[in-house]
Amino acid sequence: MPPRHRLHIVSGKGGTGKTTISGALACALAAGGRRVLVCEVEGRHGVAELFGVDRLIDAEERRICRTPSGGVVYGLAIDAEDAFLEYLDTFFHLRLAARALDRFGAVDFATSIAPGLRDVLLTGKVYEAVRRSDKGRPDAYDAVVLDAPPTGRIAQFLNVHAAVAGLARIGPIRDQADSIMRMLKSTTTAVHLVTLLEDMPVTEAEEAVAALRPTGISVQTVIENKVITTPLDDDQLQRASTGTTMLQVRNLTDRQNRLLTAEFADEAARTLQQRERHLRLTSLGVPLAKVAFDAAGIDEAALFAIAEQLQEQIDLEVSG
Amino acid sequence: MTSPFFEIDSVLADPETKIIICCGAGGVGKTTTSAALALRAAEAGRKVVVLTIDPARRLAQSLGVGELGNTPRPVAGLEPTNGGSLDAMMLDMKRTFDDVVIAHAPPDKAAAVLQNPFYEALSTSFSGTQEYMAMEKLGQLHHRAEADGSWDLIIVDTPPARSALDFLDAPEHLSDLLDGPFLRMLLAPTGGPLRLMSAGFHLVSSAMTKILGGQLLRDVRTFVTAFEALFGGFRQRAAETHALLASAHTTFLVVATAQRDALREAAYFVDRLLEEHMPLAGMVINRVHSSQLEISAERALAIAEDLDPQVAAVEIEALRRHAALERVIDQETLLLDRFSAARPAVPRTLVSTLAGDVTDLDTLRRVGVLLADKD
Repeated sequence: MPPRHRLHIVSGKGGTGKTTISGALACALAAGGRRVLVCEVEGRHGVAELFGVDRLIDAEERRICRTPSGGVVYGLAIDAEDAFLEYLDTFFHLRLAARALDRFGAVDFATSIAPGLRDVLLTGKVYEAVRRSDKGRPDAYDAVVLDAPPTGRIAQFLNVHAAVAGLARIGPIRDQADSIMRMLKSTTTAVHLVTLLEDMPVTEAEEAVAALRPTGISVQTVIENKVITTPLDDDQLQRASTGTTMLQVRNLTDRQNRLLTAEFADEAARTLQQRERHLRLTSLGVPLAKVAFDAAGIDEAALFAIAEQLQEQIDLEVSG
Repeated sequence: MTSPFFEIDSVLADPETKIIICCGAGGVGKTTTSAALALRAAEAGRKVVVLTIDPARRLAQSLGVGELGNTPRPVAGLEPTNGGSLDAMMLDMKRTFDDVVIAHAPPDKAAAVLQNPFYEALSTSFSGTQEYMAMEKLGQLHHRAEADGSWDLIIVDTPPARSALDFLDAPEHLSDLLDGPFLRMLLAPTGGPLRLMSAGFHLVSSAMTKILGGQLLRDVRTFVTAFEALFGGFRQRAAETHALLASAHTTFLVVATAQRDALREAAYFVDRLLEEHMPLAGMVINRVHSSQLEISAERALAIAEDLDPQVAAVEIEALRRHAALERVIDQETLLLDRFSAARPAVPRTLVSTLAGDVTDLDTLRRVGVLLADKD
């Protein structure tokens, strides 16, 4: 059996459902009794909210969901300061110095002002979680999902090389950045961009694909979220979108039929627009996956339903 | 429980309103809302400048703000003008930062700062730089408006921050860091008084060298030495910005959509503004769904079930979609009601979802009408 991707990075414009897709993807990956970790890095507590559990704090990796197929999803909110202190302890055995550094404001300085360092720390923690399986550790995961920053910042966030290039040409930080970069570029890492079939998110997805290209990190899938599904063809939608042919539903009054016709004209126009945007995305040459719009909103059942759709469409295995 | 209606027009018409700041989570339509308000105010006779952070390309084109230029440019196509005017600009973070350095440091020091690799990285990638520079730019526009009367209303779109609060905190945070004990320590000459006072100095200093490497520390040290002239200025400007934001001439507008994440972020922001005694005018809820057809989701589906798919495929689909729309409306109503119940005093206006994208002045004008209309 070919190896599976060990790290999935999910980005997308704000409001496209990045966190929902990250959570659903984690559930999909957990199928068959696997252990999967889903990490967030922006301090929004979106993952905990999505799974309806208490906020993830203090670098705790907590079980947040058991999937119908017996898989287990863990959640982690990565905080740059925690990651920095852990980093000092692991690599330099500097627990004591860490406290002194914290008192001087050095930790705050390093994590918020030293440019790029913050991103190296955040991705570094993800790196550590992914690497556990190499070391055969009991707390290893079969896969890690990263709910990453939005598309506008994704290339900068992942390009940890460039982030530290001008600053740390040699030394431990540079080594760490090199290792992270190797992991991000390897075939076992998959980047997915979530988009709605609307102009701005599609434009951002296109821009993100272009911005990532020079970094050597490739986009594996563009996930179209909230796609309207309809049995009607383009001609039928086109006609309906003009609103000139009155719909005739028995049991409805003339007024109701008129209102329904007008309402569906907008809906049909929106569906046609979605199809146009889908065509635009096709020309990116990146595999597309589709998640259907669910009017009932996102609860656990909806999350598992999305997981199923993703499982069918996304390559979970590393292709040759 | 319903929230009071947020009368945008009275805010825009009030001559005492000189600065409007639009904030909220990413992807809720802040930029569009800012631009629509700016256009509406300008056409009502105010002299407006709108500072956008990252407008969609086509909206940027129709506003006449391209990639270049860190200064406001007039927007053509206002009708009627009523003596008003509209300028728009897009924030160029790096250039704004450069301008601050050039304006406030002695010429020789300025050159040293601008060439320093640490500054280069700081001015382009520090996570708070964009927020800080948006506030810096606001300060500049405000000074110019006061000095020469170019504008009587400044509308600011805020950056798509990690959290909506970043731009409130960024100026102070940046000045705290640049003026904080850590950099002071880096600057302190070995053997200086700080060394004697601080037992941890050696420990810290050698740890930093170990972790960051000597090169990075040298760059930072050079940068800080050159930047020292600006330290006082930074703190003072941060304080000024804060005072400006809290003044009676500024008002905040929280933008959200009727979705859980966006409302959670909005709630956090509303609470924070109230806590800090910042003037919150009200909330704009974008992309709200509505239907004039008063048929429940269940009934629409039941009717659809009785139709013959061979002859009434379009009708069935129309009813199915109406049912989906009703479900969305129910959810949005529930979320908005909960929000209002917890914060009953915050006025709000709803903007219904549009069929297409907002890319031209006509559509912006329509958004303006939706913003001002009582739903």
